[in-house]
Formats: sequence, C-alpha cells, structure tokens
Amino acid sequence: MRRLSALWTWLSHGRTVVIGLPYLWLLAFFLAPFLIVLKISVSEMEGVVFKDVLTLKEGLLQLTVKLSNYVFITQDDLYFATYVSSVKYAAVTTVLCLAIGYPFAYFMARAKATLQPALLMLVMLPFWTSFLLRVYAWKGLLGENGWVSELLIALRLDHVLLAAGLIAAEGKFMNTPFSLVVGMVYTYLPFMILPLYANLSKMDLRLLEAAQDLGATPATAFWKITVPLSKAGIIAGSMLVFIPCVGEFVIPELLGGPQTLMIGRVLWDEFFSNNDWPMASTVAVVMVLLILVPLALFNRYQAQAQEKRT
Amino acid sequence: MTARRTFFGASFARRFGLGWLGAGYLFLYLPIIALVIYSFNDSPIPSVWSGFTLKWYAALPADREMVGGLWLSLQIAFFTACGSVVLGTLAAFALVKYRRFTGRTLFSGMVNAPLVMPEVIVGLSLLLMLVSVQRALGFPERGMLTIWLGHLLLGMAYATVVIQARLQDLNPQLEEAAMDLGARPHQVFYLVTLPMIAQALFSAWLLTFTISLDDVVLSAFLSGPGSTTMPLVIFSRARLGVNPSVNAMATVIIAVVAIGVLTASYLIARAERQRALAMAAAQRAGG
Amino acid sequence: MSAAAQAFLQIQDVVKDFGGGAVAVNHVSLEIAKGEIFALLGSSGCGKTTLLRMLAGFETPTSGRILLNGQDLAKMPPYECPINMMFQSYALFPHLTVWENIAFGLRREGMAKDKMVERVETMLKLVQLGKYAQRKPHQLSGGQQQRVALARSLAKRPQLLLLDEPLGALDKKLREETQIELVNIIEEVGVTCVMVTHDQEEAMTMASRIAVMSEGRVLQVGAPSEIYETPATRFVADFIGNVNLMDGKLTEDHPDRVVIDCEDCSHLVGHGITGTEGMAVSVAVRPEKIRLARIEPAGPHNRVHGTVQDLSYFGSFTVYHLKLRSGRVLKISQSNVDRHRDDELTWGDAAWASWTPSAQVVLTQ
Repeated sequence: MRRLSALWTWLSHGRTVVIGLPYLWLLAFFLAPFLIVLKISVSEMEGVVFKDVLTLKEGLLQLTVKLSNYVFITQDDLYFATYVSSVKYAAVTTVLCLAIGYPFAYFMARAKATLQPALLMLVMLPFWTSFLLRVYAWKGLLGENGWVSELLIALRLDHVLLAAGLIAAEGKFMNTPFSLVVGMVYTYLPFMILPLYANLSKMDLRLLEAAQDLGATPATAFWKITVPLSKAGIIAGSMLVFIPCVGEFVIPELLGGPQTLMIGRVLWDEFFSNNDWPMASTVAVVMVLLILVPLALFNRYQAQAQEKRT
Repeated sequence: MTARRTFFGASFARRFGLGWLGAGYLFLYLPIIALVIYSFNDSPIPSVWSGFTLKWYAALPADREMVGGLWLSLQIAFFTACGSVVLGTLAAFALVKYRRFTGRTLFSGMVNAPLVMPEVIVGLSLLLMLVSVQRALGFPERGMLTIWLGHLLLGMAYATVVIQARLQDLNPQLEEAAMDLGARPHQVFYLVTLPMIAQALFSAWLLTFTISLDDVVLSAFLSGPGSTTMPLVIFSRARLGVNPSVNAMATVIIAVVAIGVLTASYLIARAERQRALAMAAAQRAGG
Repeated sequence: MSAAAQAFLQIQDVVKDFGGGAVAVNHVSLEIAKGEIFALLGSSGCGKTTLLRMLAGFETPTSGRILLNGQDLAKMPPYECPINMMFQSYALFPHLTVWENIAFGLRREGMAKDKMVERVETMLKLVQLGKYAQRKPHQLSGGQQQRVALARSLAKRPQLLLLDEPLGALDKKLREETQIELVNIIEEVGVTCVMVTHDQEEAMTMASRIAVMSEGRVLQVGAPSEIYETPATRFVADFIGNVNLMDGKLTEDHPDRVVIDCEDCSHLVGHGITGTEGMAVSVAVRPEKIRLARIEPAGPHNRVHGTVQDLSYFGSFTVYHLKLRSGRVLKISQSNVDRHRDDELTWGDAAWASWTPSAQVVLTQ
C-alpha cells in the first residue's frame, strides 16, 4: 500500500479532498458537538439562553464555569445508583450474549460449508428488519397471557425469577429487570454472533488436528486453542454489545420498569421532560467518561484488524 | 492427516450443536412470528385470539400518521444512504490508501465511534450544536434536514466499515496495471476501482438505508414539529401498549425485507456457483 | 556492446532509498540494447523488483537517471511512459472481457475504432486466443490468462516491455512450454524486454543477457554462458547452478598458467591471471566438469582422492558427494551415458576425481 500512496500523491489535490472532506465533516458534526456538550454542561442556564462561559468583563477574561451539576451527580445517590445499574445491566447482557452467542457462532462455523452462507443470512435477516418492532413484539410475548409468559409459568420458572428478584410479582413478567435483560440480550445477540463467527470461521482446523495428534482431548483443544485464538472476536463482540448497552434508551423504555434504572432514560428525561439541558449534558459527559476505556479498546481492535488485513 | 481419536461423542456434539442452533434461531425469530400472527388477530388484545381478520391492514392506508411517517422515513433513508455511501467511500479510501497522515488516529477513531456510541449521546450533542448554529445563523430549523444529518453520521460509520473491507481485499496490481496502460488516476478510479467495489457500495447503501429507516433515538432528538418519522410514530404508540396497527405495519415491513434479502441471497449464491463452475471448466480445458 | 549500437535503455547510477536504512537499489548502472531480452536475476530483497518498478514509473529514483532512447523517464508517471508491464499476478480486469482487457490501453490512447479493432485482433492471433475473446478472466486457465496479460502489455507497441516473474505462477510442465513460446512471441514482435526473476533457469533460457543482483547492487552482467562459466565473484558462482569452491594460495604465477595449492589438492590452471604469488584466491569447479573414476589419474595437479559419501540418482545424471581427506565434500555430476555399468560407484567406494586445466575459474572476490 505504501507504493500506491506514492502514486496518489501525484494528484495531491485529489488526496486533500479524499481525506479532507470526511475529516472536516466529522470534526464539524462529531467532535464539535461533543465540545459543545462539554461547554453546556458547565454553563449557567438563564431561562432558555446559556450564559457565556468565557466573557470579557472590564477588560479581563472571565471564566464562569458552573460545576454544580457535576458535584450534584457525584453526590446524589440516585444518579450514582443509575450509572452503576446501567453498567451492571450492560455487563450482564454482554456475558449472556457471550454465553449464548459463542456456542451459536461456534456451531455455525463448524457446520457444512455449503450451509454456512444460509445460516449467516438467517442471522442477518432479523437484523435487517426493524429492531424497534421486534422489541415491541416482546411486549406481547411477555405480557399477560403472552406466549413466553405462559411458557415460563408452565415451566414454573416464574417462582425462580421471583426468588431471584428479577420480577416483582408472580406471573407479571413485563416491565421488570427480567424483561429488560431479555430484550437487550435479544437485540444485541447478532452483534455478538457476527464478529465471533467471522473469527471462528477463519480458524485453521488443522491446528485442532495437530493438538489432538499431540494428545489433547477435544475439551482441552477447545479451551487451549480455539478460545484463545478467538480472543479478538470475543473482544470485538463484547465491545459491540457493552458500549451501546450502557446508554441504551429504547429497550428500557419499552420493556423496563420503575425498578430498572438506566442512564439513557435519565438523559432523555432530563432533556425532554425537565428541559434541563446543562444537566442532560453533564449526564452525557459522565457517560462518555464511563465508556472511554472500552471505547479505546474497541478502536484499538479496529485498527489492529485493519493492520492484519494489509 | 487423520486424527487418531475421533471427537468424544461426535454424534453428541453434533446433536448438541443442532439443538443449540435450533433454539437460538427460534429465539431470534419468535418475536417476528408473533408479530405476524397477531397482525391477523381480530381482537386488539394480543393475548386473546378472536378470529382471523385483515382489518388492521385495511386500516393502514387511512392511517395518516403512519403513512406520513413512512413516507418521511423513506425519503430520509434514501438521502442518508446516498450521502453515507459517498462519505463512506471517501473515508474508506483515506484509511486504506494513505498509510500516514496527520491526525490519522483521531480520524479513524471518529469514523468508528458512531458504531458503538450510545445514540442518546450522539443525538444530544448533535442537537445542542445545531441549536447553537441556529441561534447564530438563523438556520437550520429542526426537521428533515437535521434528522438526515444525524442519520448520516451513523450511516457513514457503517458504510466505511463495509467499503473499507472490500477495498483492502482489492489487488493493488490492478490499479497499477491500469495506470501502466495509460489511465490517469481519476480514470483508474472510474474504470477499474469503482466497478470492483460496486457490490460493496450497494451493500453499504442498503445497510445504511435500513439503519436510517429504523432509527428512533437520533430521530427523536433531531426532529421538529411536523417531522415525525415512522419509528417515532410506532414508538409513541408502543409506549402506550400493544397496538394491532403496529403489528400490521410490522408484517408489511418484515415481508418486504424478507423477500428482498432472500432474493438477493439467492441471486448472489447462484452467481457464485456459476462463477465457480466457469473457473473449474477453464482449468480442466487447460491451455 | 559495440559503441555504434548506442544503448537503448540506460540506467545511470540509480539509487532508491526508502529511508530508515533501507536502500533497495544501490548505485546501479546498466545499458540495455534495443531488441534484447535482459534479465535481472537475484533472490528476494535484492532490489530487482524495485528497479523494475522504477522503470515502469511506479517508484521514483532517489537519484540517478533512466534514459529510454534518450528520454529521461525518472520523473514520468506510469501513464505517460512508452513502457508496458506484465504483472506477476497478471492483473487482468475481472469485470472486462479478454477483448476489452487488451483494448483498454488503446482506448486510453484514443485510438480510432477500426484501427483499434485491427490491433486487438492482431494481438489475439499472436497469442492464439482468438476463440476466447468474449470470455472473462475467471473463465480462463492460468496459462490462458498469462497470454492475455502478454497480449495486453504488447497491444500499445511499447518501446520497452517489462516482465515481473513471468513464469512464477505456472506449474513446472507449463513453465517449460511457456518459456519458449514467450521468447518466440517477444522476438517476433521485436520489442526490447527487461524481466525480473529469482529463477535461474528462467533467466538463463529466456534472456540474452543477465544481471545478477544482490543487496541492491549488480554483481555481474553478461550472457548466460558467461555468467555460468566465468562468474566474477564467489557469490555469483555459488548463486548460479552448483559449484565446488575451494580456497587456496597462488604458489606459481606464470603468464600462461598458474598453480594454486588448496588443502586437498593442487590446481594447475591453463591461463594466466592478474595476481601475485602468495595471494589468497578461490577456485571454482562446476560438478559436471569433474570426472570420477576408480583408477588413479596422472598427477600431480587437478586430481583428488576421496570416498563416496552420498549419491543422488536423477535419472539422466547422478550426483556424487565425494568426501575428501580434509572432510570437505566435493560435488560431482556424471551423465548416465550407459544404461548399465559394471563398475558403478556406490556408497563407501574409494574414487579419484579429476579435471582438466580449463575447467576451473579463479576468483579473487
């Protein structure tokens, strides 16, 4: 690729456009908004107008930064609990998606080669149909007399869920932590399966044969060879599930309840219901800080994946 | 090389695998099946089946809110897809062709971030910026344009991933050969590169179209009076409870998408098979 | 090269420095005559491909000039050079037919339609692919694809044709057939050709002159027989074919012969060399130039005694590994002229190796 870039630099103004246009666009519509959110989170709100952060008073530059929102967030129990709860739900969803999705992707990758494109397409098909509608469908499935509700009651699992504190009352599965987790796992499962499948299907099966030849049992070969080699897929899938789940709004709104504290809803309410833009901004900034580390991990994985292909 | 030992309980593993796959697919498709079935339910309460009916479908065209929302969403999705493919192609080229340029890590980070960033954050930040711009310049008003901008941000991330993957697999000698034969750089792009990534561009277009059509959060933050997209209509109705009109709309969408995806998959599979046959025949004929 | 035939392609002191200590081409100067097939031979990383790419215009030299028929190419982009290249992967455009692939360069030139049709038809006839004109590349076999690539690179009647590992992608049988075919076509068209390869056989059978390269420098330039029979350095002697290299000291220096004493034997070389008595030199003898026999040959020079340590039977010839007194192993290749030999040498046999005074090459580098 080094050779090609030397070629393209001849038409140097072509290069400027190719890089410059998307770059400027992203700076304007992605980075700048973040900076504005940052600014507003520390601004004083007067009615509907923001007082300027930087003002010129008597010839001196004054920085008026209102940190009270941040202070409030860190001190308020409810906000703290909501952040923790969001991270917890995201983590639980990620783990469940991994537990369900890994064997799924594994068996997909081990299926007959002619069958695999069809299997892949069948996983993608729900992804292409509206996720909103499918989440909405769970309202029916888990509601009164819904199919899944009936099934759970018939299997006596409602007692188990009640005991675990996942549902509030017997027979009522909607608007509970249980329904929220089901909804989130359902929605994000394909995001876990696809990177895992991509990784596992490219694995050289002869490595497993070599391991067996050297005396490893299938179980050992799986844990010592397959799993470590699929590490990249596991990380990619986990990040693709965890990060968006932290700030998820639609699913908690449709399937969650008063028990399920999610920071996405808090942000929405602060903005739409309370009209408190600085507060909403503060909530957003803290959320970004929370996901900064996984975000960096994800970015590094993307860059590494690109390096490997070249 | 033959393994000295067969996998322990190979048939067990196979059956277990089939079982797991089967249960997984059932889990994935259960809501879809439920949606479709209950769209034909005479009773508005989904838990009670009171007979087969098409009345909810009949009521759809008259449902001005839903139809209006659909029309708006289709328009926005179309423009989002077009814009995303253009921006995504540029970004993919920038990342694949130019190994080193100032601020490359920032660029790559910004391109990839919308893929995972919670939409509430993206929506909020974009809206606040647009409001600031509106205060300063008097435009843009919140509406179709602002929704389109938000969807474009998200779509560009997805489009870049798809197109970048295809670009990286391209044999660089093809473009060199074109130049060697006298094609100038822009001719190389139009005559050689573009035809070869055409399929990826199409996939990216469809993908971003779907994502835009389905988006709730960004649309909610960025819409204005009179610009209610279809997902927003569905969302507000869904919040209130289960609503058969939603089921009917859902089934229509599912049917269209399913037919589209299945047809495309079939056509692609057939093309691949024909191609493989042609290659095999050529090898056998030799020469 | 006679002074009258002024070099058609002149590579003058070309350097390509990629930075960070990676000098791919290190002060290379070559002169290539019009109409000859010239090979750049070397193992991977020796700079031959970089040099070829500079000729094509895909890399610009850090310093030096490249003159084609007097015109400086160094700064020209590839789409302006009257040079065409046949790529190692063929690089046929998969979305175009064979006909369109060949016509691609002609279209870029803006050639008139009837002239273009005529030219493409000529090319197709040249490579005997007329029947396949409407096929797409994936519908052709490897050999056919190569012919399309060749036709495409010759379609514009370039002043210089570049070949990048032309036979690399073909299997052995096809390679032998294609070698001859390729040379015939190139000579029929009469185009000057520079090829790059790591395969000595390819270079020796196809090229009229070879430049052996290593680590960015040219070690020797000459006709194949010259390179093989009179290598200039130890590296070249070892790189091309098989060779026995023996280090020794020049003990007698005469104008018409010299004597060199090595550890195992004494060489009498039938020509004078530039050197001084007592100088350290190497003597190279090719395996096929050595005779192996049970009977002691006349001495005292150009013979050595040893035991057969190993032998490899290749059908038409056998290679013997003769272990000498010092432990060094001599490689000797003998044609199997007779179908049966009663006194055939086998493992463990004692034998004498001998050679004539014209068989050696004395190397000082």
